Amino acid sequence: MASIAPTEKAKKFRGEVFINTDRCKGCGFCIEFCPPKVLASSEKYNNHGYHPPALVSETDCTGCDLCGLYCPDFAIYGIRVPVEAAAVQPAVLGG
Amino acid sequence: MDWVKANPKTILSGAHFIDGNHAACEGAIAAGANFAAGYPITPSTEIVERFAARAPLVGATFLQMEDELASSIAILGAAWGGAKSFTVTSGPGFSLMMEHIGFAAMTETPSVFVNVQRGGPSTGLPTLPGQADMMQARWGSHGDYEVIALSPNSPQDCFDLMIDAFNLAEQYRNPVLFMMDESVGHMTEKVVIPSADRIDLRPRRYTGLPASEYQPFQPWTDGIPEMARIGEGYRFHVTGLTHDERGYPAINAQTQQELMSRLIGKIRNNAEKIARTEEHFIEDAGIVLVAYGITSRVALRAVQMAREEGIPAGLVRPVVVWPFPEKRIRELAGQAKAFIVVEMNCGQIVNEVERSVAGRARTVLIPHSGGAVHRPEAILDVVREVARWA
Amino acid sequence: MGVTTAVNPVEPLLRSDRMPHIWCPGCGIGTTVNCFARALEQSKLPLDKVAVVSGIGCTGRVAGYLNFDSFHTTHGRAIPFATGLKLANPDLTVVVYSGDGDLIAIGGNHFIHAARRNVDIKVICVNNFIYGMTGGQVAPTTPMGMSATTAPYGSFERPFNLPFLAESSGAVYVARWTAFHVRHIAHSMAEALRKKGFSFIEILAPCPTLYLRRNKLGDGLDTMRYYKQHSVIKNGASTRDLDLDVQGEIVVGKFVDTERPTLQQAMDQRYRQMLKDRYNGWRQP
Repeated sequence: MASIAPTEKAKKFRGEVFINTDRCKGCGFCIEFCPPKVLASSEKYNNHGYHPPALVSETDCTGCDLCGLYCPDFAIYGIRVPVEAAAVQPAVLGG
Repeated sequence: MDWVKANPKTILSGAHFIDGNHAACEGAIAAGANFAAGYPITPSTEIVERFAARAPLVGATFLQMEDELASSIAILGAAWGGAKSFTVTSGPGFSLMMEHIGFAAMTETPSVFVNVQRGGPSTGLPTLPGQADMMQARWGSHGDYEVIALSPNSPQDCFDLMIDAFNLAEQYRNPVLFMMDESVGHMTEKVVIPSADRIDLRPRRYTGLPASEYQPFQPWTDGIPEMARIGEGYRFHVTGLTHDERGYPAINAQTQQELMSRLIGKIRNNAEKIARTEEHFIEDAGIVLVAYGITSRVALRAVQMAREEGIPAGLVRPVVVWPFPEKRIRELAGQAKAFIVVEMNCGQIVNEVERSVAGRARTVLIPHSGGAVHRPEAILDVVREVARWA
Repeated sequence: MGVTTAVNPVEPLLRSDRMPHIWCPGCGIGTTVNCFARALEQSKLPLDKVAVVSGIGCTGRVAGYLNFDSFHTTHGRAIPFATGLKLANPDLTVVVYSGDGDLIAIGGNHFIHAARRNVDIKVICVNNFIYGMTGGQVAPTTPMGMSATTAPYGSFERPFNLPFLAESSGAVYVARWTAFHVRHIAHSMAEALRKKGFSFIEILAPCPTLYLRRNKLGDGLDTMRYYKQHSVIKNGASTRDLDLDVQGEIVVGKFVDTERPTLQQAMDQRYRQMLKDRYNGWRQP
């Protein structure tokens, strides 16, 4: 897909991703289908021996939550927050 | 606990001249049955035909399903939706329903399965009586489970005992099998349907606990869990897999042991309460006939004839065949020299009698491969023969 | 602005105390569950009134993992169970969530009759072309030539075209997507949830451990990429043309969205017509 100029909405919002690393089974869906490609396989292992994803960009996540939609293990999700919002905490520690 | 009265708007109180199938249908309606699913099979079909006609008049739903597999589980879905439900079949359909009888037992779904027995096995004698599904009623599904099985012997019984069947299903949260036979189903006799205020119904045991405290399969004070009303936020799970008190699958021997002992205990530990026999000429009986369903009526005639000849014969008719009234039979084995089991099969309940008698008396079988009812004279011949040594 | 907390949108709909689930890495079932969660949100249905009925199989485990009044029934019989449930309690939104083997092989008869009757249930069929739970046996959806444990030399049976089967049996809503089409799945599910009548959504999904591995088709991600590359959205296409060809394109989309009286409506209509004031219909106690 050719890169497009950020929309008005994109300028006002940013994304935050939460990863429950222990649920991840390394299927790779989230990494593959993330449109801005902000995820990559982590070097680290989780408790089950899989490489969970990790964020490779602090700023490019749009919060589209496609990762959340794709993840068969309910191990990741993204939310969209206003650019100026303070840091968001996951309700569940570790995701 | 609080009984409720039957609904006067649905009951055809008064005297009727109808056959057992029709009486059974009215019994179900009187018991508050408001859902039935079935599939045509001789000689049971009249029950659902009548229910199909009555249902839209009495606030009930009937659906003819595509087969007995669908019928037997549609009634369980309806039960979980809040309905009192039943299905009706005969031998070949009964075989098809076995998986769901087991599913009903495992999920503790109150339900009534009617089998108007015909000659078997396989297609057998569709229009003629049989009593050869009695062991299948007890053991037909796979795994360990318990059933309650009733055996009416007249159209009046078909009405009365149907109400008991539904009450037992609610009380024990178990499938209850209504083991009719073609003779009783197609026999026309007087049936008196009482007024609604004289019919007591056991309401479904719904929990009063809030969702946060409720566990779907946690035994209540009598060992039986309470149900939750669907759609009210309980968010319960029901599975046929071995499950824990939360209703979640738990595939291990420990949970199996706990669940099985509770499920089986529900019926076995209450066997004496549930058991019911009807007895004639029993006090001084040295020869005890055991018969159920249509055969019990013929056996009673034979007992009367025997008594006229001075033979001390008596009759025990299990009205509830499962759980089998072993305690009563065991008691009678103290006084009787012989038990004569008369049944329209090649020997099924006789095994239970023999087991309960435990060798303290002789057990004799008068079988009948089905298709016709025993003649009282044929039974009397055997009674006379037994009387020679008993 | 204070600190906000975030929750995975699927989490409140899960029985979290039962996580992690049993599905394999790269299995598509969990993906469809996310879509279901979004669809429920979109539909604005009262969640207490949603009931999920599953059969036996990997997809059949969905009922156990979702936090609704849910039923894990017998193999092939989720649909008749759901029929009884819906007739007894019309206020419920009844969703049947099961797999291709359960719904279409052993459950096939019930499937076509419920569609014929237009029972108001929503049937979500995750089609992974195999019997997963039992170890990878051939299914009525397994493409010709593909290997399975009970067709070790490759299947020689023509597979079903499920949307065609559903439409010709009478379903009023028929859609097919692949697990790649997450937003479309969620949208279709939301439509089906709101739709009155027998609604059928087929979702092609990877079974990496059995179907893919045995047939050397890569892993779940390879299949998802394959779906992305080979799918063509043809909304409104004739369901007759939706046979799946191993080599060719995968036609996805919404194919049927029509209206006719549901079973309950038809029943009420007939009784009212014939019985007039004497009709005493079923009401919940």
